[in-house]
Amino acid sequence: MRLVLPNPGLDLRIPNYEDLEKMEKEDGDRPKWDNKAQYILTCVGFCVGIGNVWRFPYLCQTHGGGAFLIPYIILLVLEGLPLLLLEFGIGQRLRKGSVGVWRAINPYLTGVGIASMLVSLLIGLYYNTLIAWIMWYLFNSFQGPLPWTQCPLNDNRTGFISECQQSSTVDYYFYRVTLNASASITDSGGLQWPIVICLLAAWTVICICYIRGISTSGKAVYVTALLPYVVLAIFLIRGLTLKGAMNGVKYLFTPDVDELMNPTTWLDAGAQVFYAFSLAWGGLISFSSYNPVHNNCMQDAVILTIITGLTSIYAATVTYTVIGFRATDKYDTCISENIRMLLNGFELPEDSITASNYNAALHHLNSSNPDTVFGLDIKTCDMQKLLSEGVEGTGLAFIVFTEAITKMPGSPAWSVLFFIMLLCLGLSTLFGNIEGVVVPLKDLNLFPKKWPQEALTGVTCLVSFIICLLFAQQSGLYWVTLFDNFAGSIPLLTIGLTEMIAVVYIYGIDRFNEDIKFMIGKKPCIFWQISLRFTSPLILLVILVFYLVTQAQQELTYLVWDPDYDEFPTLASVPYPSWINVVIFVLAGIPSLVVPVYALCRLVFVRCKKKMNQAKIFYFV
Amino acid sequence: MLEKILLLLSLSLSVAEGLCKPGVGEAYKVRFSIKTALGDQAYPWNKNEMFLFRAALAFAMRDFTNGEEFGVSDIHPCNETQRVSFWFVVTRPKTMDLVDKGTVEMAIKKSRNRINGAFLLTDKTLEFDGIYPTLAAPVSPDTPPWLIVFGVVMGAVSVGIIALLVYPLVQRKLKKNMDADDEDSDEETGVKTAENGANDGIYNSTFSDDERFTQM
Repeated sequence: MRLVLPNPGLDLRIPNYEDLEKMEKEDGDRPKWDNKAQYILTCVGFCVGIGNVWRFPYLCQTHGGGAFLIPYIILLVLEGLPLLLLEFGIGQRLRKGSVGVWRAINPYLTGVGIASMLVSLLIGLYYNTLIAWIMWYLFNSFQGPLPWTQCPLNDNRTGFISECQQSSTVDYYFYRVTLNASASITDSGGLQWPIVICLLAAWTVICICYIRGISTSGKAVYVTALLPYVVLAIFLIRGLTLKGAMNGVKYLFTPDVDELMNPTTWLDAGAQVFYAFSLAWGGLISFSSYNPVHNNCMQDAVILTIITGLTSIYAATVTYTVIGFRATDKYDTCISENIRMLLNGFELPEDSITASNYNAALHHLNSSNPDTVFGLDIKTCDMQKLLSEGVEGTGLAFIVFTEAITKMPGSPAWSVLFFIMLLCLGLSTLFGNIEGVVVPLKDLNLFPKKWPQEALTGVTCLVSFIICLLFAQQSGLYWVTLFDNFAGSIPLLTIGLTEMIAVVYIYGIDRFNEDIKFMIGKKPCIFWQISLRFTSPLILLVILVFYLVTQAQQELTYLVWDPDYDEFPTLASVPYPSWINVVIFVLAGIPSLVVPVYALCRLVFVRCKKKMNQAKIFYFV
Repeated sequence: MLEKILLLLSLSLSVAEGLCKPGVGEAYKVRFSIKTALGDQAYPWNKNEMFLFRAALAFAMRDFTNGEEFGVSDIHPCNETQRVSFWFVVTRPKTMDLVDKGTVEMAIKKSRNRINGAFLLTDKTLEFDGIYPTLAAPVSPDTPPWLIVFGVVMGAVSVGIIALLVYPLVQRKLKKNMDADDEDSDEETGVKTAENGANDGIYNSTFSDDERFTQM
């Protein structure tokens, strides 16, 4: 298909091949990677984030276990791989950050770059809040016993505080001690000062790692990208030796082929691939623009896809060994508690009921004395239910995992390791994020030209820290969830779709093929041609449409931690206040609408300028 | 004489039996979980262990009332089960008056550790129904350890930032000093100034036509 939209002046805006060769030989002032390994590690760190630990395993398990790998891998190859090649190729060819690249392709498309920057900024804000919480837990892990193993006592020292008694020590520690969560998003409470100083620590660490751009972050990435793999290996060995670990792994990978018929499975797989690769954030384009011109970006795309896919499966296995251990431990405790109640209620000798004959004994007692058994209030112990409890998002890291760690011998060490791993995973993603914010700001000339890189990073981090104080309030948790749901979903899909259409139909797929041939020596094969032109844009469009439809149909509710709720400790589902619609528009609507609005404004501006010039000519004549 | 003593004893025993009624009045229930606590090293429950219990409780009463001479015979157990749980009442020494629940509770609370220790058990495995153990306060150190770690991290990061910012300035200053020295000693600077910035071979992209179609 030779469908290319007219794009006058493209050759004048972009460097041609001779210019590229010249630039390659000279030492320009554009930063560059010290070696290929730094580049690959930075990209791996960017793509492999906290989502691999707390989102993918949950999706895998709820959508049919081992069977979920089929749509995941298919979409990884059909959707993720072409988009990666597109971003790598265009960045390496045009040698600019995200705003520069789209402005070079067509000045009317600058809005895409601005939208990328806005999305990166919004995501970076709440992502760093998660990092701050992780730091808080990390700082508090250097003590034994861990602070989330104990409930504080109530006033007359006969029991624990009721909020802690009803829920659990880990819930209380997360919702009350750490966040001091209020009961609704409108009730903002005051600033939680431990969170404020953890936010300060988080932004300072990012600042120092990125202070000279990739020359400092490229060094930091050796630690932040590799350490998680080491820690995951340690946890894998520890996890497999724990009792009940295999229950978890079996639960994760038990395939349920019927789930493949369910369209949500494919949608969730597609969305996960898209977000996991951090596409449309602008960071990948920036990173590949620092590469040498003849770097093999196609190979890089394939390597990155394979590494991300394998890491997801690896992290999922480790996560579920720990979840299996925790579920088994809780199940055993539940059974022991029931046995104790039966023994006490029926005054039977201690060894008469054990875990192995529990079911038979219960049945026997129930048939002979059903009233007494009923009066004892025996709870049913359900392993499946325990395995499926709260295993995604912040619930996984701060509640389920922390609880499991308290049951391992030597818990402070495991806690430190776990939170350092999460910290590294988050930091390496944030490097890409902040690259996607600072470089476009520079390209848009929003900073004075003579400011050094250090000042740009410093100012960005300072302003972001001040905005982040929103999340340090008592309602901060609900704001983070709001940002997570709206800032990072629809805008990214829109930008990704626009990117594909822009490169394939405005820049021209033929021109792109020639560029790839110039850079790596051969044209992309038929697989790339078809997927770049048809398959990937189509998949993105389908996911975007379905997302919009489901979001529009959903009631706007959110979960709150409310001790006065009837079914406490279950989170209460309350509707959002009406002013939240404005916030949602700012988060999701503005980045998506920047693209057409910018083009429109520019059209109007250019027309006005033309009219003014014509009027001037008439005046002089 | 002997018959009279025997009669008195049996009378007192039967009265005592009548005193101890499960769930009524001043009776307390006690539950032992020896196998749970000690596993393989569990001792069997027998009359001797019961004697030890009565002695320990008598000690607790003596300790609390500060000298009233309670004896083993003042602790009356009944309704012993296979679970190893039973009810008991306490009577005042030399009389058959029941000691009220409150006093018994406070006496047990005071000497709980000693009673537990006698049986190698804990608050959880030697339970008195209705008497809740006072819980130990959670351990809280004077300086929260997280502040220490935070201080270390922030200190290291601040030092790093200052070092990264100051180092190039220092280098530039040294270079300037070295250049100044060179210029003083070198007289042929005229040639140098003429060629400043007009070297061949460096592609200066500032003057390329990239920005002709200027952005908004």
